[in-house]
Amino acid sequence: MSRTAKKSDRLSQGPDWSFELIQQYDEEIGKIAKEFGLDTYPNQIEIISSEQMMDAYASVGMPLGYHHWSYGKQFLEVEQNYKRGRMGLAYEIVINSSPCIAYLMEENNMMMQALVIAHACYGHNSFFKGNYLFRTWTDATAIIDYLVFAKKYILECEEKYGIEEVELTLDSCHALMNFGVDRYKRPVPLSMTEEKARQDEREQILQQQVNDLWRTIPVFDRAEEEQQKERVFPSEPQENLLYFLEKNAPLLKPWQREIIRIVRKMAQYFYPQRQTQVMNEGWASFWHYTLMNELYNRGKVEEGFILEFLQSHTNVVSQPSFDSPYYSGINPYALGFAIYSDIKRMCENPTPEDREWFPDIVGKPWIEVLDFAMRNFKDESFILQFLSPKVMRDFRFFGIENDVLDPYVEVKEIHDDSGFKGLRQRLAQQYNLSHREPNIQVQKVNLYGDRSLVLRHTMDSSRPLNDDTVEVVKHFKRLWGFDVRLESWDGDRLAQVYSSEVSSEG
Amino acid sequence: MSYIIDRRLNGKHKSSVNRQRFLRRYREHIRKAVEEAVNQRSIQDLDRGEQITIPKRDIHEPNFGHGSGGKGSIVHPGNKEFATGDRIPKPEGGGGQGAGQGNASNQGEGEDDFVFQISQEEFLDFVFEDLALPNLVRKDLKEIKEFSIKHAGIVSEGTPSKLNIVRSMRNAYARRMVMSSGSRKKLAEAEAEREALLKLAETPEEKAKIAWLDEQIELFRQKIERTPFLDTYDLRYNHHVKEPRPSSKAVMFCIMDVSGSMTQETKNVAKRFFILLYLFLNRNYEKIDVVFIRHHTSAKEVTEEEFFYSRETGGTIVSSALKLMEKIVKDRYSPEQWNIYAAQASDGDNWDDDSRICRQLMEEEIVDLVQYFTYIEITPREHQSLWHAYEQVQTNHPKNFAMRHIVEVGDIYPVFRDLFQRRQHESNR
Repeated sequence: MSRTAKKSDRLSQGPDWSFELIQQYDEEIGKIAKEFGLDTYPNQIEIISSEQMMDAYASVGMPLGYHHWSYGKQFLEVEQNYKRGRMGLAYEIVINSSPCIAYLMEENNMMMQALVIAHACYGHNSFFKGNYLFRTWTDATAIIDYLVFAKKYILECEEKYGIEEVELTLDSCHALMNFGVDRYKRPVPLSMTEEKARQDEREQILQQQVNDLWRTIPVFDRAEEEQQKERVFPSEPQENLLYFLEKNAPLLKPWQREIIRIVRKMAQYFYPQRQTQVMNEGWASFWHYTLMNELYNRGKVEEGFILEFLQSHTNVVSQPSFDSPYYSGINPYALGFAIYSDIKRMCENPTPEDREWFPDIVGKPWIEVLDFAMRNFKDESFILQFLSPKVMRDFRFFGIENDVLDPYVEVKEIHDDSGFKGLRQRLAQQYNLSHREPNIQVQKVNLYGDRSLVLRHTMDSSRPLNDDTVEVVKHFKRLWGFDVRLESWDGDRLAQVYSSEVSSEG
Repeated sequence: MSYIIDRRLNGKHKSSVNRQRFLRRYREHIRKAVEEAVNQRSIQDLDRGEQITIPKRDIHEPNFGHGSGGKGSIVHPGNKEFATGDRIPKPEGGGGQGAGQGNASNQGEGEDDFVFQISQEEFLDFVFEDLALPNLVRKDLKEIKEFSIKHAGIVSEGTPSKLNIVRSMRNAYARRMVMSSGSRKKLAEAEAEREALLKLAETPEEKAKIAWLDEQIELFRQKIERTPFLDTYDLRYNHHVKEPRPSSKAVMFCIMDVSGSMTQETKNVAKRFFILLYLFLNRNYEKIDVVFIRHHTSAKEVTEEEFFYSRETGGTIVSSALKLMEKIVKDRYSPEQWNIYAAQASDGDNWDDDSRICRQLMEEEIVDLVQYFTYIEITPREHQSLWHAYEQVQTNHPKNFAMRHIVEVGDIYPVFRDLFQRRQHESNR
């Protein structure tokens, strides 16, 4: 593309933005994005102030949510840190909905607004629309409606049953939120109208079913009684703890079940985001970089603009090394950006190493390969598939292992030929949610005795649970209504038991 | 196609409900912090927000997660000198995770504390939570001597200065229309008849008739013109009435002993108490006057500066201050119009004979004048005669008189709360 464009093609270069300018930039960026084949939801760009940005932070970025003290806590924390200059606010927040809502801060200058539009409105937006996890687990068109429904429902509950009661239930649900996710089943789309229509019906039927489970009328058929005694419940271990409670906890009121359901749905909605941090941020960064450079190539913006952009971009994708005071883990923007950029490089300028490692990629049109990589993976598998030796070298990755019994940590692999494969595996594992979070499932309910329940934790690499465990077990008990015991198993060895009453060594 | 929306005009305090929920949940923590702040802050800045610190573990939201221990595995960037198989000793006592885990704070408070700011208003809300001014209700029922002027419509009698011109002219116009309507009708008829006759006027009778009609027309015209333009009963006046207004003014008397025995420290304690009372009254009344009376053997009304910082020596006659207060009330603050509060601070010293007079003055005069009289004695020593005399006042007039003993700064706020605790029978206020 030649840079012979006339001056009149340029977009205004002043530092200040205006609504007309934002629109012009958005149109230009949108046009280029389309040429690159980015498929997006329609955009809704909202300009907000920094206070509103703090509000958005406090409600996990959602435009509306039910009331809970923990959001107040989060707000105060952000406010305090921001006021003291300990942290800056994000330049944007983008919501996986259709239309895709992006918040832009009014403090940004025009270059930042353009960057943010490219990043959020075309990068994230196309990711939300394309990635299989988002396609499977979330329904972008219905989420706003569902939030409205949830907020209203919880408000009604507070009026009927008191703020305190609702808060207690929500506290317990939040404690188990990460364990309210279906990992394998495709959920039904949420929509307010459907939810509302089905909700009353559900309340009644649900209660009835639960009652069935706990029927105490004696069974006269002896054989049947014997059979029932042997019945194990649940018949298979349940990994979705909130779902299990919603459907089976004996003492819950119908509205409490509905609240569990709401929290569960929210957890499910955020589940893909937790699984695609590197991919999502990397994708958005790759595209803001590509789109902004294209603006420059077409003569829409001048050198000053692009230099200012490059400086911001460099900050976003910088990776401090492990011994830097600024180091706080691997920067998902940096890693993701590097992987996508490297895929493009391998398509266009492959080296012999690339040919050996990625024979399927080299020489292919990069837009197609990138699109495929965006659609069909999550962080774990994405890294496993696409992390190239070059990127590992550039980051100077090294993997270490640490056994609590060993006074030394051991460097297992570094970025050399013998280490690449192991290193890549280790890094991918690091992004595997089921590795990051403990594996806890409902094991058994004492149906005919004291109705107590056993949770089973299957240890991963002998890692024990954290200090919160007894607290969370108590929350579980509050919802279940009877005693709860959590057993930590390291292989065949019962390592520790946490009980809702008192904690004891196993 | 993108939609661009300016949301800046939308409310920015979307989190305020959640913030309130948070404050509600941790009100015990906040109350404690507020109490400490009231006792420790310098007096001038009682009237601002406060930083609240809550231990992180108290607001922690628990979650299942991995603890330290077992076998950990991690990938770090930025390798410089490590090679495969290197064994690195763990730092002493460390969890072994290496770099990037410790998050030291250089901000003065530990990572274990959750710190946030409450506004001045919220701070004062907590300071005065559950407190009420006693006997406020009495003023509302009493004979009220304060009035405000209010519009009360239009009347037909009044002074020229209150003439409502628009209404008067409107009335006059209507009256003129009515009074002249008969004549105007006849005039119109006559004119029409004359008009008709003029066209075919030939006979002398007809001409005579025209002349007669002319005469009639002139007559009607004059009649119409004679209708008065403005008559007395057209006039309307604005009407005002005086409406009694419940008194919302308060005066606060600060009475302090400044004799030689009062040290600066004792005075500071007294000052804090006075300031608390002032802030509290300020929340309840639109307008507050503060009168400072200091006394040793004689009493004097002084400015705030003099009140707190000038030193005097000599003996103590408390009754002089009470007499002066009574005089000032009689002169300037009629109890019908003013809610009167008084706070007296002293170290308990008094001329022996005087305590009896004080009690008499108090019971016969002052107790009936004031809404509430509080006496605080700031002394680590034994009570003296004044305390005992006042004790009797308190027994006889428990509603209007209260006294407490303060030993040190830390007592001020609890004593203050105690004095102004919302009482059962006032809880509906």
